[in-house]
Amino acid sequence: MESSMNVAATGSPRSGGLGRLLRMRETGLIAIILVLIIAMSFASPYFLTWVNIRAMVMAFAVEGIVVVGMTILLISGGIDLSVGSVTALAMVIAGLLFLAGVNPWLASGIAIAACTGIGAIMGVFVTKVGLHHFIVSLAVMVIARGLCLLGTGGRPIGLYTLPDSFKFIGQGSIGPIPVVILIFVVVVVIFDFLLRRSTAFRRVFYTGSNEKAAAYSGIRTKKVIFLTTTLCATLSGVAGVIYMARFGSAQPTFGMGMELNVIAAAVIGGASLKGGSGTILGAILGTILLSVVSSSLALLDVSVYWQDIIRGSILLTAVTVDHYLNKKRGRG
Amino acid sequence: MTQQPILEVRGVTKSFGSIHALRGVDFRLLPGEIHALAGENGAGKSTLMNIIDGILQPTGGEILWQGRPVRIASPTAAQALGIGFVHQEIALCPDVSVAENIFMAATNISRSPLMDYRALERRAAEILSQICAIDPRRLAGDLPIAEQQLVEIAKALTLDCKVLILDEPTAALSQREAEALFRIMRRLADRGIAIIYISHRMAEIFDNCDRVTVFRDGQYITTMNIPEITPDDVVKAMVGRVIDDLYPPKASPGSIGRDTVLEVRNLTDRRRFHDVSFRLRKGEILGIGGLIGAGRSEIVRGICRLEGAVEGEVSLNGHPLALRDYSDSIRAGLVYLSEDRKGDGVFLDMAIAANVSALDIDRVANAAGIISDADERAQAEALGRKLNLKYGCLSDPVASLSGGNQQKVAIAKMLAVGPKVIFLDEPTRGVDVGAKAEIHRILRDLAGKGTGIVVISSEMPELIGLCDRVIVVCEGRISGEVEGPEMTEENIMQLASAALPRGQVA
Repeated sequence: MESSMNVAATGSPRSGGLGRLLRMRETGLIAIILVLIIAMSFASPYFLTWVNIRAMVMAFAVEGIVVVGMTILLISGGIDLSVGSVTALAMVIAGLLFLAGVNPWLASGIAIAACTGIGAIMGVFVTKVGLHHFIVSLAVMVIARGLCLLGTGGRPIGLYTLPDSFKFIGQGSIGPIPVVILIFVVVVVIFDFLLRRSTAFRRVFYTGSNEKAAAYSGIRTKKVIFLTTTLCATLSGVAGVIYMARFGSAQPTFGMGMELNVIAAAVIGGASLKGGSGTILGAILGTILLSVVSSSLALLDVSVYWQDIIRGSILLTAVTVDHYLNKKRGRG
Repeated sequence: MTQQPILEVRGVTKSFGSIHALRGVDFRLLPGEIHALAGENGAGKSTLMNIIDGILQPTGGEILWQGRPVRIASPTAAQALGIGFVHQEIALCPDVSVAENIFMAATNISRSPLMDYRALERRAAEILSQICAIDPRRLAGDLPIAEQQLVEIAKALTLDCKVLILDEPTAALSQREAEALFRIMRRLADRGIAIIYISHRMAEIFDNCDRVTVFRDGQYITTMNIPEITPDDVVKAMVGRVIDDLYPPKASPGSIGRDTVLEVRNLTDRRRFHDVSFRLRKGEILGIGGLIGAGRSEIVRGICRLEGAVEGEVSLNGHPLALRDYSDSIRAGLVYLSEDRKGDGVFLDMAIAANVSALDIDRVANAAGIISDADERAQAEALGRKLNLKYGCLSDPVASLSGGNQQKVAIAKMLAVGPKVIFLDEPTRGVDVGAKAEIHRILRDLAGKGTGIVVISSEMPELIGLCDRVIVVCEGRISGEVEGPEMTEENIMQLASAALPRGQVA
């Protein structure tokens, strides 16, 4: 049974199981992705090779972890523009500590904790001071990027002595499957389940759907928003550490524009900027769709500049279609 | 009737897909009359008004304006004809002044590049002086809901309209404000303006309207002259059956125990209420009366710790409670049903089942915090059956339900935690007659089974008909208490409006 929260799962009273499934956002996205893949497999024989598929999944897997955090934050009614620079900051902190002789695992732990701290600070500004997520995270985006550049002098740090055991999380494979993809799948499965079924995340939906009604239901909404803000930053930190292991370096300018990609993926997957709706599965399908499109355009030799234009158009189309579907539902 | 109607609707139908909202309805509106439109929620009143206002286009039938067929393509076209519509939902710009809100339409079409605020304020003050004393320079968002509603009406008065549609304008008004509004309506009608008045309150229709047209299930039932009929005739036409008793029987004297369920002593919040003490006995329904803004909701929210700390003592079944916030209050068994159902009572876009479990989601989850879909559905289904909730599917959003059923979901949400005392703030506002009687029966039933029920209502007949005892709040203090035969509109009004010297009433 799909979760009762699924936004797209709310049709006319007569809709049975199948009709409901057909109306779900996820089903539509899967169909579009499949059509694209089939079309591309004709257009380019290279497209459906293991190497290409692996490369595509690798390209979005780590960012997918950030998408998970962003989706949860969007559901609670927040937004975080700082995810890209916080990811880079995690790399830089862990990288600098490692160069200073700290064990890479410990360095990563500290970096993730630092990102959690940044999320908590944003949470305080939003819930205690009462500022908007957008402004707070915009400021933090700039500050975190500044810290990255300050710490590294603006140059990438090569981490050539990273032990293989650590690089394994970014570069290794278990059987044919890269570890990065395994981590991604585990994170997605766990959070998708929790979001659909756990009481903790149900409170996130209540809060995002109607903060006042949630408060009138005894839910400590400020705490919920504080925690989702923090969680998003923590997952950005986790992504930063994995990127470091994968690249074997810390790049202070990494992740510029990542926030837009991540928000776009979540919104294409059904999350609303007004809060209260969204699923992890949908958001990941949104990520996959954007990634398949990018990969297809690259294989078809379309200019990089066109890719941005097309990605933006997909976002606009998805949101427009959703808007009209919502309107239609509201009238019934 | 030989007079030519200003507006006539002939055989208008409207369908949304397979749903027929209107099936060939007729409606004739004469100049200078106040014409009530009655019908349960979903009967088609709003659809027809939206068609007359140009928001919706009819699927069939015709509309005649002063005898000539017209097509009303948009609300602007409706305004051009002279149709003003005061919607039930308040749509003011909260961040600008009352004066600017009132003249928004006029400012919009004005050719002047600059705003003449002084003239605007002067003209706004003129219009407002007909209704009530609101400072036109205040920000609309700072006004209480009742005054915002009056500003909406002032807005419609600025348009030189021949037909004025008022959709439940008194829902948020106190008796006194409502009476002022009725006087204004009558003055407008005397000037030849035809008024369409939508209300669920039978007494208002009978005290203030000339004729009434009843719709049921999208069909025109009848039009009657008010002086020739009784409220029962209207109710019968609306529901298609006889509702024997609008209110359930009161608790018999023996069934109200001596035990005190809830005792409130000297509850004080420095700004909003002072020294509030009262007791709720087992088996009774206690009403809280008073004007809007007197502090009724604030007191109840103070008891439940919904708005920070308060001084004073609250004890439940003899045990003093130490509550820090509302989640403590829920755990102790005190729950509050908000007056603003759509604003903060339910999660409109979320599933019915998820709404019902919102107060204590842990009830339908295991120790690890994983929700059981089956338990959640079972809980919603059981409470839905108990409250006679009408729905398609438990995973439908609450927005898909009618007002009465949305309110039942909000009540189910309270009942899901097995509360000891339920505070209901305007529990039947905007709810149709049938559902209203049902909600009253449910409350009586709960009280009989030992749940403490406290009802805040601005509707006098509801307080008197439903409650066993009424305490009245005036300017943040309890000004008195009435019980049994003393429970009359006059007594309650007197306590509510005349601030009595402290200590005069027990």
